[in-house]
Amino acid sequence: MLSRNFTDSLIEKLIFACGFAAIILVSLIFFFLLREGLGFFAQYNIKEFISGHFWYPTSKPAGFGILPLIMGSLFVTLGAAVIAVPVGVMAAFYISEVAPVAVRDILKSGIELLAAIPSVVIGFIGMVTLVPLVRVIFDIPTGLSAFSGALMLAFMAMPTIVSISEDAIRSVPGTYKEGALALGATKWQTMYRIILPAAAPGILAAVMLGIGRVIGETMAVMMITGNAAAIPDTIFDPVRTMTATIAAEMGETVKGSMHYKGLFAIGLVLFVITFIINFIADSFLNRVKK
Amino acid sequence: MVDKIVAKDLNCWYGGVPSVKNLNLTVYENEILGIIGPSNSGKTTFLRMINRLNDLNYNFKKKGLVTLDGKDVYSLDTETLRKRCGMVFALPLPLPMSIYENVGYGPLRHGIKSKKYIDEIVEKSLKAASLWDEVKDRLEASAMKLSGGQQQRLCIARTLAVEPEVILYDEPCSGLDPISTAKVEETMLELKKKYTIILVTNNVKQASRVSDRTAFFLMGEMIEIGKTADLFLAPKDKRTEGYIMGKYG
Amino acid sequence: MNPKTAQKIAFSLLFIVTLLIIVPVLLIVFIIVKEGASAISWEFLFTAPKDGMRAGGIFPAIVGTLSIVLCAIAVTLPMGVMAAIYLNEYAKDNLLTRIIKLSIVNLAGVPSVVYGLFGLAVFVMFLKMGVSIIAGALTLSIMELPVIITTSRNALNSVPQSFREASLSLGVSKWQTIRHVVLPNALPGIMTGAILSIARISGETAPILFTAAAFYVPHLPRSVFDQVMALPYHLYIISTQIPNMPANITYGTALVLLVLVLAMSLAAISMRIYFRKKKKW
Repeated sequence: MLSRNFTDSLIEKLIFACGFAAIILVSLIFFFLLREGLGFFAQYNIKEFISGHFWYPTSKPAGFGILPLIMGSLFVTLGAAVIAVPVGVMAAFYISEVAPVAVRDILKSGIELLAAIPSVVIGFIGMVTLVPLVRVIFDIPTGLSAFSGALMLAFMAMPTIVSISEDAIRSVPGTYKEGALALGATKWQTMYRIILPAAAPGILAAVMLGIGRVIGETMAVMMITGNAAAIPDTIFDPVRTMTATIAAEMGETVKGSMHYKGLFAIGLVLFVITFIINFIADSFLNRVKK
Repeated sequence: MVDKIVAKDLNCWYGGVPSVKNLNLTVYENEILGIIGPSNSGKTTFLRMINRLNDLNYNFKKKGLVTLDGKDVYSLDTETLRKRCGMVFALPLPLPMSIYENVGYGPLRHGIKSKKYIDEIVEKSLKAASLWDEVKDRLEASAMKLSGGQQQRLCIARTLAVEPEVILYDEPCSGLDPISTAKVEETMLELKKKYTIILVTNNVKQASRVSDRTAFFLMGEMIEIGKTADLFLAPKDKRTEGYIMGKYG
Repeated sequence: MNPKTAQKIAFSLLFIVTLLIIVPVLLIVFIIVKEGASAISWEFLFTAPKDGMRAGGIFPAIVGTLSIVLCAIAVTLPMGVMAAIYLNEYAKDNLLTRIIKLSIVNLAGVPSVVYGLFGLAVFVMFLKMGVSIIAGALTLSIMELPVIITTSRNALNSVPQSFREASLSLGVSKWQTIRHVVLPNALPGIMTGAILSIARISGETAPILFTAAAFYVPHLPRSVFDQVMALPYHLYIISTQIPNMPANITYGTALVLLVLVLAMSLAAISMRIYFRKKKKW
């Protein structure tokens, strides 16, 4: 008996430790990014870093201005959001409120299938199909552009936006709908006058999380957006995002060099941005639960 | 008459809302004490105070104490306490396993290794719960396939299998048809010889049929307690009379 | 406009928009299967690449990905399930729990390339593991931890509270109740989540970019401290860095990766459907 109680309490201690591991890991990630990133800011002006127009990490003197990278991420993300938000929310409405059960199951499996395709596969297919198509249709020198990236990322954000919006729509109490329908409103009127406002916080959270996913996406953007670290004039210019910069350059840096630390500093910026986005999305979701 | 369970100046709250107020109550060994009263009158809270199942609710707070054989239930470890005070819930709660495994679950988890011994316990407990004859040929069948009344008797057998001293019934027949109810009540009267029983029920007639003494709870207070016959024939308090006559839900 | 007509138009529009998502998904799968099938052969699956990747097979990349993923899940599954047990069964509703939950939400949102940086700083450099299977696996396991915790928590949460009460009321200890009543009933959900996680990390590239993946290693890994080729990284390399790459090899590699990932997702989804039908409560 005694030995069993002993193992029991040992396992329970292990369980508690794993619970705390989550906090420790977040702090560790922040700590290590900060450690390498702060080393960078000790030698490089933070204002220059954020607002500098030139990312020339290997020239002499080197330039570490990430404004072009921020603009690249911004163009791609905003472009993706403009496409993904209406499409995703409409699809969520169709799947949860309109589609017959059999169709709904097929559509949901399709969305799940999309979520499962690795980003490098989507990037590859985008490169060989979408990029040439964009070049021809818009008659631009290269299809490797922020626009192609935005299209691709909008597509990749769908599983997040659709499934979380769908949850939000489904959690609207049935009595709301019945009330409206009983008053003679059509199903469609009920959907956009009653369900949409009631599900709005959840849908907003879905949008935030979708955007978080888009900002963090790396492989597909790196393969599709053209990798030009210059401030774009239009959405049809090639760009380079913050994530793609880290992924493309880290392999070639000297460990511990300014370039190496500079990439960690970009990582720090990304970490802070996604942290804020998730925090907001989570507070929306908590509001839904209440 | 030996005092088995005693509540002294017991007050309970759920998230600040009082649930039991100033309760003083003694339960004697080998009696059936019926507790009647409308819902939210604190009956179940008192019952779950005895086996400390209220501890599962983080909003729960209490003052005063409940003793088992003279010892504060909070001085005992929960495992021993709950082994000694078995509970039968309002809805039949078989675990999703076979009939045999359900009854054998308690003894097995309490460290009994001999399969033969567990076989004996299972048979004895099912017989005591008057279920043996109905299930002896299909002990390996899922407990979920039994009827509601059979499931409830299975739960009684499962409780008996850990050899308690006290059985706490929490509205055990609220989901059952009259025939199943009669069977459960029959086993209760049989079990009284060996166990102390507290029967919480909102079925006034059930209390009058099986309990030796009956207490009436209302809004967290115990209004009246007495021999069942006395309480039903000549209630001292108007509110008791009103409830028995069917004035409150 | 007549509300009935408005509804008809609106619903058709919603349907078309939904197709805008679903059709490309099917198209992607179709293109990869059609173009890649011709590359698949015994030799392609079970030999190493030759002629600067332009011929031969992808065997080292398959083995590399499998070894990274298996190591990762071996670390993250027990840790994640235990953390989920803590949150669902033990944690009280207090400030600490809220901080833990918030941490998990934020871990889930960190971009995969930032995990790559973290793995590089901690495992490769600080703990001196070098670019290796173990460093990549640990990086992926931390990335997948919040997902495992969340799916396991949902599985635990779906076990009715009454089962716990029935067991506890018999004087069975809390851990024994979790071990013998809660976990067995949550297991299908936990396993489904775990398989989906394996599928997801099999396709991840960014976190292993600087922690585990090598451009070309002709031999198979000998220990967890070896660098390896990995399928997703290999696909990235041959589709962007190597000129005059025969298209069918690239498509073939994409096909193998896709089949690996989809087969696991499919297994997880059918498992979920099977257990939902079999569910006893």
